[in-house]
Amino acid sequence: MDILEQISAGIQIGDNKSVSELTTRAIDEKVEPRDILDNGLVAGMNVIGERFRVHEIFLPQVLLAARAMYAGMDLLKPLFLKTGMPSLGKVVIGTVQGDLHDIGKNLVGIMLKGAGFEIIDLGKDVPAEKFVNTAEQEGASVIGMSTLLTTTTPVMSQVIELLRERGLENRIKTIVGGAPISRDMATEIGATAYGYDAANAVECVKQLFG
Amino acid sequence: MKFLLDRIENEEVLISDGALGTMLFDAGMKPGKCPELLVLENPGLLQSIALKYMHAGADIIHTNTFGASPLKLSDYGLEDMTEEINRNAVELLRETAGDSAYISGSCGPTGKLMLPYGNTEPEEVLAGYGQQIKSLIDAGVDIICIETMIDLREAVLAIKAARTVSSEIPIMTTMTFDRTPNGFFTIWGASISDAINGLQDAGADIVGSNCGNGIETMVDIARCFRKKTSLPILIQSNAGQPKMKSGIITYLESSELFAEKARELVDIGISIIGGCCGTTPEHIKAISTAIK
Repeated sequence: MDILEQISAGIQIGDNKSVSELTTRAIDEKVEPRDILDNGLVAGMNVIGERFRVHEIFLPQVLLAARAMYAGMDLLKPLFLKTGMPSLGKVVIGTVQGDLHDIGKNLVGIMLKGAGFEIIDLGKDVPAEKFVNTAEQEGASVIGMSTLLTTTTPVMSQVIELLRERGLENRIKTIVGGAPISRDMATEIGATAYGYDAANAVECVKQLFG
Repeated sequence: MKFLLDRIENEEVLISDGALGTMLFDAGMKPGKCPELLVLENPGLLQSIALKYMHAGADIIHTNTFGASPLKLSDYGLEDMTEEINRNAVELLRETAGDSAYISGSCGPTGKLMLPYGNTEPEEVLAGYGQQIKSLIDAGVDIICIETMIDLREAVLAIKAARTVSSEIPIMTTMTFDRTPNGFFTIWGASISDAINGLQDAGADIVGSNCGNGIETMVDIARCFRKKTSLPILIQSNAGQPKMKSGIITYLESSELFAEKARELVDIGISIIGGCCGTTPEHIKAISTAIK
């Protein structure tokens, strides 16, 4: 197994120590940082994402894999100072205002990061304005909104409304998800896409960028 | 009032109440506020909802303390009010119900991730539940209901906390499962067998499931539970998945469907039947009429 495969394997078992050591070694051995990222860290997270999608593994395993991924990414970051971390695109995510649940949103963030996107995570209880302002300032192409409470879905509508008002609806796409959200509901409020779970959300975001 | 577990032992089916959260939102509670504060700010509203459920036939009513562990209250900076909120939540229901319904102390998840998945120490979770549950028991609840759990480890800590406070208080514990091609699992990866073994070992008297995707799936979950345990089972289903209809959120499963499925649940051998998100006194009335 070469070192990148070992890094990927370390991600898959959620071993942050070994990923950290192996990433340091790969950097010392002058492996291209981009190669470490794509074929080590992201490759491992892709396997995790797929196994999660088919219900072979569950949230705890994903969280440990993510912790290992972050350990590797932290070491790579300084090497990308000039160019910035390579990414498939920028996504702003958050749990909408009125809702303090963030496990689902965090999971989506992890999966998107693992797939190679740059994530700006606004946390929980995020007002509509903040989603739109941040996406506009940061030049993000997608806003991802999550909720667990049915009562907070109007905030999702407000974000979509604001994008229209500011003429941004073609440049910034929206994806919504969370336990009470259905495809019908997403269509009704005018979201561009609906992710029925975290793995599906990554597929949708890829399509939005495609 | 006869001891709740004795009635179940005698194969009586008890009815628990329906949703509280969605009823409170219908009554105008604003999202983003701590729902448990209503215990102090609007006890009359909580009493009127409890009364509606009792009139509908509920034998068991739940306190408005789902998020009243200090760990969860800390999201609103209210952790210092743990004792006051939990005590008042029980007292206001007792004032309404007297001895004509059992008062069940609701304890939901802390919302915190424990080590190594997050930063919270398991001891903090144990101590937090201990504080909440002691307040509930001191105020005179008849049963503790640890509910909507997805992480078995957290559920077990909550049961242990309750058992530390009292070796006698009846404890019921429900977890929330999703259907996968490989069977039912919580988001956290606990199967129904895992749940039964873990909860039973920790000291739960009644086990089961709540929330979820609707009453039809819940009947399948109930069957799985019945096959795998001899403990009494509690089932509290959502009224389906919420749908958006012209800007208003609605739960579509009717009280008629609940009545029909409640009879199936009785045939399976479920001991306590109630509702979760989206259910109303109408659903509870339908269950009660169907099975009593």
